[in-house]
Amino acid sequence: MTWASAVLDWFLGLQIYLPIAEVALNVFLLLGLGAGVGMLSGLFGVGGGFLLTPLLIFVGVPPAVAVATQSNQVVASSVSGVLAHWARGNVDFKMGAVMLAGGIGGSSLGVIIFTVLKELGQIDLFIAVAYVITLSSIGILMAIESANALARTRRPNRLPTKLHQHNWAQGLPFKMRFRKSRLYISALLPAGIGFVVGIMSAIMGVGGAFLLVPAMIYLLGMATSAVVGTSLFQIIFVQSWVTFWQANNNQTVDILLALILTIGGVVGAQMGGRLGARLPGEQLRFLMAIMILVTAGGMLYELVATPADPFTLVIGGY
Amino acid sequence: MRALLRALVLLLGPLLGAVPPAQAQAPLIADLDDHLIAITTGFAGADVLLFGTTDGPGDVIVVVKGPVDNVDVVRKERVAGIWINRKSLGFQNVPAVYMTASSKPIEDLLPEPLRASYQMGIPNIRIVPVDPADPELGEFSAALIRNKQASGLFAPQPARILFIGDRLFRVNLRVPSSVPTGTYLAEVYLVREQKVVGVQTTPLVISKIGFGADIYDFAHRHGAAYGVIAVLVALFAGWLAHLAFRRR
Repeated sequence: MTWASAVLDWFLGLQIYLPIAEVALNVFLLLGLGAGVGMLSGLFGVGGGFLLTPLLIFVGVPPAVAVATQSNQVVASSVSGVLAHWARGNVDFKMGAVMLAGGIGGSSLGVIIFTVLKELGQIDLFIAVAYVITLSSIGILMAIESANALARTRRPNRLPTKLHQHNWAQGLPFKMRFRKSRLYISALLPAGIGFVVGIMSAIMGVGGAFLLVPAMIYLLGMATSAVVGTSLFQIIFVQSWVTFWQANNNQTVDILLALILTIGGVVGAQMGGRLGARLPGEQLRFLMAIMILVTAGGMLYELVATPADPFTLVIGGY
Repeated sequence: MRALLRALVLLLGPLLGAVPPAQAQAPLIADLDDHLIAITTGFAGADVLLFGTTDGPGDVIVVVKGPVDNVDVVRKERVAGIWINRKSLGFQNVPAVYMTASSKPIEDLLPEPLRASYQMGIPNIRIVPVDPADPELGEFSAALIRNKQASGLFAPQPARILFIGDRLFRVNLRVPSSVPTGTYLAEVYLVREQKVVGVQTTPLVISKIGFGADIYDFAHRHGAAYGVIAVLVALFAGWLAHLAFRRR
């Protein structure tokens, strides 16, 4: 029963020592972060990993551990999400499987890149730069899109633009029928999207819903009802794969941290989901865009600002 | 030769588990109140009491060293506006922790050559640069010591050893919360008239203990199994969350 009492001690004590991150952090701070980001994800319908990872880095979790642990946490949040969508019949398993094939390849490559960069001592920089670039581009796109949507609601007689174009992609081989997505397209397209997002998600520790969902809607032209469930479905497998390889290659998965974040996250997501149902979507997306841009700005500042001491020590070096 | 052997036995005796010759003429006997410091989930540093007696008036110097390791000192440089890890210099034989204590300022007790040979004082630690010819070596070794001091692992000032009467002494050694694990050595020197007349070494083991240590150990020894468990735990947690919040 020593384990049970140790677990109890952790929850009573304020500081919790994270065994893999090797830092002691306040357990309520971590629960709060999980809940806050979970609430946002319930509110906006995205995973929130791309916000949680930078926040974890801000509070002192080493970037490599933050990224790998986040992958583990994404598995848990995606499972609970996909079960809800499955119950409503909103998962295109065939589409998910094709994207997954690409995703496994891409994320394996991503973990290898991660390991090489870690050995070169440049992983922290690479994570930060990847975040600044993706967060600022997505933030700007979202801000423009939601601002346009807000403007449209004031002039409701304008027609929405065409969803998917007929272009070179129609000529690709391996055409497949995806019933639930209402598509007949080359399997190379979803597999390719899975591959690219797989690389990004392994390096950044995000599920990649914020990359996948726009790609599925705008590049594939999928039926919107199946998009979120299908992306969550393939994220479970890709992130399980990433978690395994991060643990095996880099020993950077902190189970304890992932569990605390999951507990906070599921509670927050429920609150967010209920709140989101009562708020208008365009304003929400605009708010979200602002928040993403602020996070990107914070990370950019860390990269550019002169450090207090430019020297750091790497124990057990070379 | 005999004197050297004797010093060696005195130095290594406690390490090898041998009882130091407990003759009355031993000039110095010292010990720690605890030889094991356990780092548990709530570890916030610890105090270790070092105490002992001498065979008469004299001064005492204590040097505590953590296990040695290789350290890379990495310098960030600004490239295209961004701070990037660029130049790195390796150092060998860097003690994880370095602390001293003395009953009087060490400079007053021993001449510099002796202090250097006993590695007393931070500048006398025998750190070996991998590339001794590097022109920026001075800057990098200064950064090494500065960073070690900033993280509390190299004590910048010696602690004060208190004498009770002229034979009994004690000093409180502060072990910071960030200490790495391993076997530490406390070397205790008895000094008279600018000479070391007695030496005793006593070990201090610092190790991680408890659930957190088990997790760390398992993650590093069985990475693949750890990965599988991490995934299974997450799948299970997600399923539980779904059950808990399912719309009824």
